[in-house]
Amino acid sequence: MKALKKLLDKARPSFEPGGKLHAFHSVFDGFDTFLFTPSETSRSGAHIHDSMDSKRTMIIVIAALLPSLLFGMYNTGYQNWLACGETDFPFWSLMLYGFLAVLPRIVVAYVVGLGIEFIVAQWRREEIQEGFLVTGILIPMICPIETPLWMIAVATAISVIFVKEVFGGTGYNIFNVALVTRAVLFFGYPAKMSGDSVFVSLNSIFGLGGNAPDGFTGATPLGQIATSGATSQAELANSLTSIASEPLSSWDMFLGLIPGSFGETSTLCILIGAALLLATGIASWRIIFSAFAGGAIMALVANTFATPTYPASYLSVADQLCLGGFAFAAVFMATDPVTSCRTNTGKYIYGFLVGAVAIIIRTYNNGYPEGAMLAVLLMNAMAPLIDYCVVEANVRRRMKRMPRTSTHEK
Amino acid sequence: MSIGIKIKKGLDLHLAGAVSDIMNITPCPTPTVAVIPDDFEGFIPKMEVKEGDKVLAGQAVMRHKLQEAIKLVSPAAGTVKAIVRGERRKILRVVIEVENGGSVSHDVKSALASPTETRMLLMQSGLWAMMRQRPYDIVPDANADIRDVFVCGFDSAPLAYTPAETSNDTRKTLEAGVRLLSSLTRGKVYVSRRQGQKLPDLAGAEMVDITGPHPAGNAGTMIAAISPVNKGETVLCLDITTLARIGALALTGEVPMETIVAITGSEVSSPHLVRTTIGAEMGALLKGEIKADGWNHRIISGNVLTGYKDSIDGYLRYPYRQISVIPEGDDVAEFMGWASLSPKKMSTSPSFPGYFSGKKLFRPDARLLGGRRAMIMSGEYDKVMPMDILPEYLIKAILGRDIDRMEQLGIYEVAPEDFALAEYADTSKLELQKIVREGLDYLRKELE
Repeated sequence: MKALKKLLDKARPSFEPGGKLHAFHSVFDGFDTFLFTPSETSRSGAHIHDSMDSKRTMIIVIAALLPSLLFGMYNTGYQNWLACGETDFPFWSLMLYGFLAVLPRIVVAYVVGLGIEFIVAQWRREEIQEGFLVTGILIPMICPIETPLWMIAVATAISVIFVKEVFGGTGYNIFNVALVTRAVLFFGYPAKMSGDSVFVSLNSIFGLGGNAPDGFTGATPLGQIATSGATSQAELANSLTSIASEPLSSWDMFLGLIPGSFGETSTLCILIGAALLLATGIASWRIIFSAFAGGAIMALVANTFATPTYPASYLSVADQLCLGGFAFAAVFMATDPVTSCRTNTGKYIYGFLVGAVAIIIRTYNNGYPEGAMLAVLLMNAMAPLIDYCVVEANVRRRMKRMPRTSTHEK
Repeated sequence: MSIGIKIKKGLDLHLAGAVSDIMNITPCPTPTVAVIPDDFEGFIPKMEVKEGDKVLAGQAVMRHKLQEAIKLVSPAAGTVKAIVRGERRKILRVVIEVENGGSVSHDVKSALASPTETRMLLMQSGLWAMMRQRPYDIVPDANADIRDVFVCGFDSAPLAYTPAETSNDTRKTLEAGVRLLSSLTRGKVYVSRRQGQKLPDLAGAEMVDITGPHPAGNAGTMIAAISPVNKGETVLCLDITTLARIGALALTGEVPMETIVAITGSEVSSPHLVRTTIGAEMGALLKGEIKADGWNHRIISGNVLTGYKDSIDGYLRYPYRQISVIPEGDDVAEFMGWASLSPKKMSTSPSFPGYFSGKKLFRPDARLLGGRRAMIMSGEYDKVMPMDILPEYLIKAILGRDIDRMEQLGIYEVAPEDFALAEYADTSKLELQKIVREGLDYLRKELE
């Protein structure tokens, strides 16, 4: 470690103003502070600081995403094997296939996003911030596995520049950057981003896996429901099948061995991540619990007044919460501290509405099989309004207090 | 009758270097003392003495430029050795060489006859400047209409020292102080205390029993729980030592200038209490006390949360009765500290094993332990602020210099020290106390 420190100290002068490599100073600072805790000491106010910093915060979120990421790899392989009609599922081949399928997407998201961050940090003469570490891994996880790489690159660039950097960078964005990337893809390339063929990886990679038969379709459960035309709960349940045309149980949906966006399918793995986020206090339990409560209540209402016009209303509460991106959005997207509500009361309202709106969009709009992304983005826009009301309540309390104490008696 | 207040929000930091024997107080004379006008927020100094002048203990050395009755007094008898000035001839400190001599005696009897005279007595004796008013957390305005008086009976800051016993004489002195202060306000005199402190009920005062973690002992916490400061109101804040000095003045006509200082912190070889004079030399107080281990140290006048970064050639700053010495930390190279699972790291986050170590004592250094960021995480400040304030929004209003919003969000209720724990816990490492101080100064300048 000492040699590394010496190397950095030796290289430092060329990155300082006047040095040959000054143009890359923010990159150097980024690596320096990543490798060694900055030795900057407090100049005013409190002399000691908590060991927690934003780097650790972001890394914990990534750690919480790992179960879903690993499961996503397995599931990608599993779905390919299924699509090719295989009956034998070798674990490591499945994992490797999934890894190879997702790796280019992660690399593209990071290279494009971090590249923009580095350039902007350099331009603003700021330290590189770690916000994109989480965003970069989220983007491939919330996209269908067959999303073309160039689309990920374009959408990431649009999102990072217009949602984050123009507002001032990490901590200033009003919408969740990863979700806007998804929204850009969804609305910019609707033909490529929805339908039956993007959620399952259909081709072999380096000889692994197989090529699915031509004309193969692998609709997600929510996609199947939207087009099922079911008129009762039983009919709906029967119409749900895996891509190998076998019936799906609620347990399959909970485990996540279903087609869907890469990291979103396994509610179990998402809940493991949620447990880590809640134990470390990084995600707000208020938001997560109220989002699930909002979703459950809305699903119950939809189910009680189920109608054939909207087949998804026949889904049970548990299925609603397990399917699609709901759990992922509630745990990892709604809890983004920058774009969610910042007041404690606001967090309950915000979380509840995220859950409820996600189910409303999914159930009562056959055009959009999934509503979690739109629900979170909508609530991102509403969060400042909710906070405003909470803050005004505090202000009113203060104003009300005035006359009482101004007639203070001796 | 007493008021009970239970505080849930807050944080007790378990730091190494507490004074273990609070009954043993070593006398520690100081060759010189200093009066530092910067310690008296809002006080604009004008000299009343010249270099070489002889002064008595309690004699005025500076007056407030805007309200000339308010004085800063010499804590000891002696000769004015130096008037140190900085840029644009700003008075940095007045150094007085301590010699034998008497102290100023005030005519108390006639002064206590009317509230106006009482105020004048406090101003002339230097005690007025030792108090603070809210709003603005400054030396009280000479003509302020004081709603209530809040006396902090104990210090809950990390490693701070609070006497465990109150003798009968001390009680009488404190009660004399309460009597005097009661004449200044149309409200009450509140005195806080905590369990185990054995501070008896003081006649004339409303006792406030506070339980809970730091900032239980802060004036802001007590005020917030009893009756927050509204726009246009002024309250007076002081600590129990100042109350005792006021009492002594009322009883004897003289202000006692000695003080008990706790020498604390992980880098002090044996933390202990000393008896010395206000404004004593750091060098005298810390002689042979700091561990000689070759690492850089930070010497703090006061506690680790709100204290002033001092040096061994500096002086004990007012109002602190504590010195903390901690590692500076700028000479350590820590590899990937953000990923550390070391149990030695202190944190409010359960992601550090140290979080689960119960009463284990930590030895934190002065590093920020992270880069400065925009406000990212939400709700971090709320957890350690037991006030009905939305700290994030108030800080943003201050940064935006939005006076209306600051007023609406309760700027009049707060002092920088109320944000000290939030500043400690903040993962974005923002300088909250500095922000609040600048906000208060800005507001005062704009509204006056």
